[in-house]
Amino acid sequence: MLEFTLRRIVATIPVLLGIIFIIFSVLYLIPGDPAKNIAGPRASEAAIERIRTEMGLNQPFHKRLITYVSKVIQGDLGNSVITGRPVLKSICEKLPYTLKLACIAMIISIVLGIIMGIISAITKGKFIDRLCTILSVTGISIPVFLSGLVILYIFAVKLKWFPASASSPIMLKNPLLSFVLPAFTLGIRSAAFLARIVRSSMIEVLNQDYIRTARAKGLSPWRILFRHGLLNALVPVITVIGLDLSSYLNGSVIIETIFDLPGIGRFAMDAILKRDYPIIQGVILVGAIVFIVVNLIMDLIYAWINPKIRDEMMGKSAA
Amino acid sequence: MNMKNSSMKHFTLAGWLSLLGIIVVLFVAIFASSLAPNDPMDTSPERRWKDDIKGYPLGCDNLGQCIFSRLIHGARLSLEIGFASRLVALAIGLIVGLTAGYFGGWIDWILMRIVDMFLAFPSLLISLAISMIMGNGLGTVIFAIAIVGWAEMARIIRSAALELRSSEYVIAAKTLGASDLRIMLTHILPNCLPIITVIFTMGIATAVLSEASLSFLGLGVNPAMPTWGGMVSTGKDYMISHPELVIYPGLCIAFLVIVFNVFGDELRDVLDPSHKGNF
Repeated sequence: MLEFTLRRIVATIPVLLGIIFIIFSVLYLIPGDPAKNIAGPRASEAAIERIRTEMGLNQPFHKRLITYVSKVIQGDLGNSVITGRPVLKSICEKLPYTLKLACIAMIISIVLGIIMGIISAITKGKFIDRLCTILSVTGISIPVFLSGLVILYIFAVKLKWFPASASSPIMLKNPLLSFVLPAFTLGIRSAAFLARIVRSSMIEVLNQDYIRTARAKGLSPWRILFRHGLLNALVPVITVIGLDLSSYLNGSVIIETIFDLPGIGRFAMDAILKRDYPIIQGVILVGAIVFIVVNLIMDLIYAWINPKIRDEMMGKSAA
Repeated sequence: MNMKNSSMKHFTLAGWLSLLGIIVVLFVAIFASSLAPNDPMDTSPERRWKDDIKGYPLGCDNLGQCIFSRLIHGARLSLEIGFASRLVALAIGLIVGLTAGYFGGWIDWILMRIVDMFLAFPSLLISLAISMIMGNGLGTVIFAIAIVGWAEMARIIRSAALELRSSEYVIAAKTLGASDLRIMLTHILPNCLPIITVIFTMGIATAVLSEASLSFLGLGVNPAMPTWGGMVSTGKDYMISHPELVIYPGLCIAFLVIVFNVFGDELRDVLDPSHKGNF
């Protein structure tokens, strides 16, 4: 297990460096002069030249790349072109909103997804299973912005259970309230996905010999279902949760725009609309790092639970 | 080929229905110009929000444009972008996946690390940033969606090619002195086709969703053009008085995505029973 862990960690280092390289190169290739943008339209040629020297923009590609990489490793993601604030600081301020959103969404998704998956698996082929399948296919196929708008319309406009904007007075008094609708929107989508995975893995597990043995021994159906079935069926779910996290970042761009939440997705969207490149780079980099780290952790848990998978992965990476 | 197994599964009712759905959408998209009763981009202040004019089945939107005609033309744009972006993604995915899977070793290692990098990027943000930098247009959107979609395809094609690499007929072809390119194109590629068909079909669903998200956020093709995502985006500002402007295009997107998802699922059960294309 230790060897496996080390191998997996070492394998992520070139990926991380590659990501920093790509993000840097894209900025390098973008047309337009960043020094001119910072100096403003009425700056003199001398002032622009000074900024260029200060920022090291007149240095060759490889020197700038090295400077950028070493800065990123030290946690310096540059400053916003528009406000001049350090990008990392802004990201750290915005991240808690999105993390809270993602956590609540994940809880909703896991609870709903697993319940639906189990019901579907034990009623396999019957009406309830069909219904669950239709629901989950629909859930996967409906775009987040549509379900978000419909949920907003029903619960905030028609039923008036929740205010429509996160900046309204009630929401400010009770901040957790503003996460309910957006988290629900994000959560049902991944619940739909999860339900399908749980269903197929549960059906596979319930067909195993040891389940038949447990039945033959006369164990209660519930005990078989939860103790023997579910615990084994949940193993593939771990990977899905890892993949979900990246879909939450994508989803948060849309959801935070619709529900007016000041999280990382809105922050990135605003930066894109204002062409604030250091922020865009910073958010993409942080998003990619979070994805890599979470998937690394999920892989390790996966391998720890199931040694067979570990050997398989080792065999593959050695081949 | 595993298609000829005795345990070969057949299409279920859902499969046939989704195929019918795809045919209907394709038909609408191809003959959009003849099917649409009006010019989808013809604005008129007099027709604003009117829903009782003859020849305008679903009424008019905030600019007096025929909603029905815009929906029909939206099908064409969605499918054009879906297919084109998936073809580009598939081309890159095939080259990378086949090369990595066939040669293995350090070539595989390097290519797969590049794939890992692209899988790690938050896809929607990358597409949005590309659209912003390159300016809106059909080509931009296709490129912006393809650039984040190829990595997944490359990974699946690679694992299929990796399995075929050590098959007897590939070894036989090698012994006979066939070139690497020939083996890849005539022996490995045809055997990857079932999985490629499956991931291509399901990929269209993802691409349609991405296009709709880009248009919804205002960074898709030209906002005046009739796209479903763009229509939802316009509709959200009038949702309280005219929720139908969100509901109609939203249901169209959901329908298109559902039929491609279900059809892809069914194809996988039939063509790839061991679910190699799953990950």
